Parts: sequence; structure tokens; C-alpha cells
Amino acid sequence: MKSGKLLISFVWLYLIFLYLPVILLPLFAFNTGKIIAFPLQGFGLQWFYELAKIEALHTAVWTSLKIAVITSVLATILGMFASRAATRFSFPGKGPIMGLIMVPLVLPEIIVAVSLIVVLIKVMGLGLSIWTIILGHVLICVPFSIAILNGAFRSLDKSLEEASIDLGETKWTTFRLVTLPLVMPGIISSLLISFVISLDEFIIAFFLTGSEPTLSVYIWGMLRFPARIPAVMALGTIMLVVSLLLLTASEYFRRRGLKRTGVQDTGGFV
Amino acid sequence: MKPIIDLINVDKSFGDVKALKGVSAQIMEGEFFSLLGPSGCGKTTLLRTIAGFEDLTGGVVLIDGKDMEGVLPNNRPSNMVFQSYAIFPHLNVGENVAFGLRRKQLSFSEKSEKVKEALEMVGLEGYENRAAHTLSGGQRQRVALARALILRPRVLLLDEPLSALDKKLREQMQTELRRLQRQVGITFILVTHDQEEALIMSDRIAVMFDGQIAQLDSPVDLYTRPKNKDVANFIGIMNFLPGSARKSKNGFLDVTVPGLGEITISEEQAPAGENGTQVGIRPEMLTILSDKEKSIDREMQGKILEIDYYGDMSYYSVAVEGVASPLSISMRNTAGRKALSKDDKVRIGWSAESLILLD
Repeated sequence: MKSGKLLISFVWLYLIFLYLPVILLPLFAFNTGKIIAFPLQGFGLQWFYELAKIEALHTAVWTSLKIAVITSVLATILGMFASRAATRFSFPGKGPIMGLIMVPLVLPEIIVAVSLIVVLIKVMGLGLSIWTIILGHVLICVPFSIAILNGAFRSLDKSLEEASIDLGETKWTTFRLVTLPLVMPGIISSLLISFVISLDEFIIAFFLTGSEPTLSVYIWGMLRFPARIPAVMALGTIMLVVSLLLLTASEYFRRRGLKRTGVQDTGGFV
Repeated sequence: MKPIIDLINVDKSFGDVKALKGVSAQIMEGEFFSLLGPSGCGKTTLLRTIAGFEDLTGGVVLIDGKDMEGVLPNNRPSNMVFQSYAIFPHLNVGENVAFGLRRKQLSFSEKSEKVKEALEMVGLEGYENRAAHTLSGGQRQRVALARALILRPRVLLLDEPLSALDKKLREQMQTELRRLQRQVGITFILVTHDQEEALIMSDRIAVMFDGQIAQLDSPVDLYTRPKNKDVANFIGIMNFLPGSARKSKNGFLDVTVPGLGEITISEEQAPAGENGTQVGIRPEMLTILSDKEKSIDREMQGKILEIDYYGDMSYYSVAVEGVASPLSISMRNTAGRKALSKDDKVRIGWSAESLILLD
């Protein structure tokens, strides 16, 4: 009985520590005061209005969106190849190869960032641009994409594709008519997750940014000016809401895919 | 009748494992043909080589006289009903059934007419708009059948189609599949591990063990004249007794069986000839005689050791003097029969005709 109460209070403490800073974000974003401190001054949308006026911010948002879209498409395509191969075929060295692909999931991002910058600039002699950021983001997004798509491909009954070929379709039309529609929820889920990861990512973007900063890098720059901090809070609030919406959508599609193919839910990220 | 499928020395290996070892057989046009055997005997692999899902390691598969080497499943005149039924979960019943028509140059109304016909054939009229996931196991099976038959294939391949159904439904589908096959006149090739199912449905059965066809015969011949002990054991129950044979005059053999004495059998009853070392007799070919009943041929004495009651039948385990292991005897529990119990002494009637000599 006593240990039960102890556990419950531990859970509450844990949740408060985890989410208190997140709750503070919108709290100060809607606060009219210029200083991030209690007591709150009043409710207003002025910081959101101010966001709309910053030109450089808009460029940063646009850069981030471009990177996130390209990253999510590339990572999902690569993830599809890898998870299709992993679930359908057996080949020598499959375990180690899949392991290597999944490593960025646990590798500290700063290591990925530093090694990429060394390889790109010192070894290959390339300049930094949004493509270098995309490269880094694809690297860290592919493992997530594979984890999602593995589930989608694994729950796909092989005899469905065989039935389609047996009924007169070719390998390619079978992929289009049977495989793709059945793994589509997984693909959408992978696109959304990769998009969110890329949009929120800071370390790699910070190291590999050229002349065009991403949103996260721009926010980092704004933090040096105390007057801008309430606007950063407003920006953070918007990003929080967008991320939550996208993650919810991604999970919705993943579950719908499982339901459609009629298999038990065995995991996922959310 | 001409052969529709000709299997000539078909070999198939998966790495070091030989799944098929020189299988040769002819399957006739319009027959209901079964591949019967325990799991891992290669029957599904053989079916999949006919469908074109497995490349041959050696040998030839002819369909309709044409070599199928390099012909992909989508270009073969065969369609398959998969063990899992493989109903496309993202399509409704009508779209599933119409799937194979996509490449045919048909108008929308022609297509829906064909779908309607196919669904009627399997007893699912009006199911066009039902979602795939709302179907029961038996209905999925019927949709899979309609989807495969709508293309009017020369050969329909069925991979253990009834194994997922419960007993009642399975028995119902057995009769229905047989009826359907007669109605459409298409060659059906059924893979099954259930000997009863194969006997009920097939015109001919190939019994497979270890990648080879052990015997290919009609159900009656397979049951009454098995060619070896494996086949005899797999299909039904058989009592085996040690025996030795010697050639007698004009096509007969003299067999000596300890406990049963000297018996003369025809050569037809000895597929392995005089080299046979065992005789087999089915439980229903032995009769426990009532008090005044006389045996049609021969008689022996025994004592009941065990009774297994099945409702309509009972199986008796009976010790017979001079015979090493007890004999299994099956009797129908018909009206007026005296109830028997353990340790009863009984007379057993049998006939030399029902004996088979095997090696």
C-alpha cells in the first residue's frame, strides 16, 4: 500500500519536471510583459504579431520547411527500400547491415554533426548549404522511418502479392495496386515523423548550416537578445502545437494501417 | 481424357534441402486431383512449381503441352486459392473478385455481370459491396474461389483451403468444392494433409513422402491396395503382421502368417511380389462374430483388451493367440448387437481376400 503511494507520487513528480517547462512556454507567449518572470502582466497576442514582422524569421521558416520536406521524402524512400529488403529477403550480413543503419538512433547527434562537417569540408571539400543539413537529417531520420515501415511491411501477408501476380498483374503493378495501398499508412506516418524530427532538430543544423539558418538555429540566435525572448516563446508555442498535431496524425495513420491489415498493435513510438 | 499437366522428373532444392526429388505425374483434364502427404513432404512446393512461384532445379512442367520454364505466374493458365485466402484487405468483395479482370478488355457492365455470376456460383450473391474484413472464414474462402474462377483458368490450384475452417464447415465445403468442380469442369489440384478429405473429394490422389510420390491412384485403390507400408499407414488404419510369401501356381502366392496360418492370395494383393515381409489387414475387414454367426471365410479366437467408443463405431483391441501385437477391429454399433466388454472371449471372422502383402 505504502509503496503504491510512493510510486504514484514519483510518477507525478516525474510528469511535472517533464512538462512544467513546456507549459511555461505558452504561458509567457500570451503574457504581455517584456520580461520572462512572474507575476504575469496580462493576456495578449502581441508577441505573435511581432513574429509576423520579422523578415529573417520568415526566411528561416521557409528554409526549415524546405529541409524538412526534402528530408522526409528522402528518408522515407530509403526507409522503404531498407525495410522491404529486411522483411522480404534474407541475405548474408543482413543483421550487421540493418544494425549499422539503425545506429544513428542511439548515436549522439553532436558526433554525427562533427563527423559530417569533417567529411564534407576537409575530406570532400564541399561548402555548407541546405543540402548538407538535409544529408545529416536524412541520416538520423532513416532509422525512424525503417522502424515504422518494418512494421508495415512485416504485417503484409506475402501471399497477397502472390495472389495479385497469380491473377495476371506484373511485379510493378502489384506493387502499385496491392503493396503500396497497404503500406501507405506506414509511409504517411514515416513522412510525418521525419518531417517533425527535421523541423525540430538543432545540433546538426547548427553545425552544418551555411548562409541560410534553419528555424531552430535562428531561434538560438534570437536568444542573445533579451527583448526578443517573449517572441521566441510565441514561436516555440507554435512549433509545439504543430509538432503535436503532426505526431498525432502520424500515430493515427500507423494505427489505421494496422487495423486495415488486421494485425495486433505491437509498438510504435507514441 | 488427355493430360493437362505433365510433370517430368521435377526437382526442387532450397539450398541443401531437396524439397522435390524427381517427381513425375500426369494430371488429366477435368479431374479433381489431390496431393496428399504429411507436412514437409513437398506437396505445397509441387503446387507452387505448377503455379510458377518456384523455379525448378530440374525437370519439366508442361501445362497444356507447353513448357512452363520461364513463364511467370501471371502468364500461366492456372489460378490459385491460397491457404490464407489472400483476400485484399483494402478492396471490397466485388473489387476482390474483379481483380483479375483488370487486364481484360471488358466494359464496366460486362465486368459487374461476371462478378455477379462468380459470386452466385459460390453462394455469395449480393456481397459485392461488403468490406473484406467483415467476412467470416468460410466467406473468405468463397471469395477466394470466386476470384480465382472468374478468369476461367485451365487449372485451379488449392493450397490447403479447408485447414483453417472448423470441422462442420470443412465437411460442408468439401461437398461444395466437389460440386463446384463438376459444375465448372475445370481441373482442380488440391493440397491437403487430411487423408479423409482427399478420399472424399478426389478422382485421383498422389500420396507424397519426402519429396517423392509414393503412390498415385484412385481413392479406392489407394485404400484397398496400398503399395507400401508408408501409404497403408498414412491412409486409414492398418494392422500389420509379420509374414513370408512363396510363389504358388498361376498368379497366386502362399503366405505364412504366425497365428493366422497358411493363406493363398492373388498377385494383385501383393504389390511388392513374393519379397513382401508383412501382411496388412484393415480394422473393418475383421469382424467380431455374434453367437451363431458364421465367418464368410476364416475364423480365429481372441480376447478383448480395450474398447474405444466413437458413437457410431467402436474400435476393439483384441489379443489373438500366436499374433505378437493385438489387432485393431472396428465394428459399427448397429441395432441388436450384443454389447461387448473388456476380457470377453470372441470369435473373429475374416477373409483372405482382404489381406495385402507389403514389404
